[in-house]
Amino acid sequence: MNEMLHPATAAARVAPLAFEGVSVTHRDQTLLNPLTLRLAGCHRTLVMGPNGAGKSLLLRLAHGLLAPSSGRVHWEGETPRQAMVFQRPVLLRRTALDNLTYALAVTGTPRRQRLALAREALARFGLAALEKRPARVLSGGEQQRLALARAWLTRPDVLFLDEPTSALDPAAIRAVEDAVVDFHERGTRIVMSTHDLHQARRLADDVLFLCGGRLLEHTAAEAFFRAPASPEARAFIRGELVW
Amino acid sequence: MPTDANAFQTALALILGMDPVLLGIVALSLRVSLTAVLIAALLALPLGAALALWRFPGRGAIIVVLNALMGLPPVVAGLTVYLLLSRAGPLGQFGLLFTPSAMVVAQVILILPIIAALTRQQIEELHGEYRDQLRSLGVSRPRMIPTLLWDARFSLLTVVLAGFGRASAEVGAVMIVGGNIEGVTRVMTTAIVLETSKGNLPLALGLGLVLLGLVLLVNAAAHLVGESARRRLG
Repeated sequence: MNEMLHPATAAARVAPLAFEGVSVTHRDQTLLNPLTLRLAGCHRTLVMGPNGAGKSLLLRLAHGLLAPSSGRVHWEGETPRQAMVFQRPVLLRRTALDNLTYALAVTGTPRRQRLALAREALARFGLAALEKRPARVLSGGEQQRLALARAWLTRPDVLFLDEPTSALDPAAIRAVEDAVVDFHERGTRIVMSTHDLHQARRLADDVLFLCGGRLLEHTAAEAFFRAPASPEARAFIRGELVW
Repeated sequence: MPTDANAFQTALALILGMDPVLLGIVALSLRVSLTAVLIAALLALPLGAALALWRFPGRGAIIVVLNALMGLPPVVAGLTVYLLLSRAGPLGQFGLLFTPSAMVVAQVILILPIIAALTRQQIEELHGEYRDQLRSLGVSRPRMIPTLLWDARFSLLTVVLAGFGRASAEVGAVMIVGGNIEGVTRVMTTAIVLETSKGNLPLALGLGLVLLGLVLLVNAAAHLVGESARRRLG
């Protein structure tokens, strides 16, 4: 049962991710102030903060989609397999099934195994009946589930999710959160941004709190929600406007 | 000598009567232009996509030149190919001048920049949308080319059609390198020029109608394919 690898075993396997004095500037504007950070273990890290806090930037830096203006982002060891699920899923203009077999082809799965694996993933995410449907005409929730199925197939050690539920209805949000739990149980480190406090409470092992391009806290979830250290986080949790 | 009014009737009679001379000319026109479009598309689609994906010094200059070549006068393309293929030219030994092959070469030169430049635009736009996802999946740039070409297939159909339109409508290039030889290199456009200058308006008009009809037919078919697919695939 390699599939159900215990989180603790996986933690030892997946290299920690380190940010060392990482900042992002764009045309003399500082979008992310220098931050130092280390993510290790098989935790579910929730990146929180108001809009424009730099949550997406942090995820994109971590995943390697964006190069920092200064500092260094690196894995302390072997670079793990990663996948990312975006706020608005980017799906190819092909059928749901073809979107999955494409991901398998790219990641080097032998041709003979692709179809069976793709069908299995569709079934796991409740999309079996939609395999022949063009991905772009699926509903928002179905599209996000398909994006998760695609990520599932690449068997990531680390999964980044950038506000994956911000445009979804409650049932679809539930499906995404269940999927996040499944990934985690399979031994995947989760790094997910959200501005939904309730969602963070449901999912987080630890919390990164960003505000105005500054990393203000990196705390265990329980401590963060009980007694946040920074006034901004306290205000955020009380539901006040912060920026 | 027919008057203009019954030139139209005679034209229709030629078309409906499947006049063998007319049919031969139409068939050669289609063969030359379709071959040219096929070759140009095979070269220009990957070229345009590569130009959209790679950043290198001189890229801007290439794009400007390609865009400018979209307006290359057919007679200039024809003259260039003529010089290359004439007996004394660098490629003279192949004896291609005044053959349909020479006409294909000239038309490829005319439409390759059109397809490449428009493909570059379409693929750059699509890549903007797909960039993060493809990089996240670890798709290499050479691999992105077929991926993006396939996903842009409906807009690229229109691009290839623009090339076909240009190829089937031009007269200058095929006239120079083909020579308008009856039964060998005479195509619709060169025949129209010749018959008009001879005063044989019914045949010229008949050819003109066929040319219009064909272009209309091809575009209508492509439009239907594109629209229905767009609706299905979102």
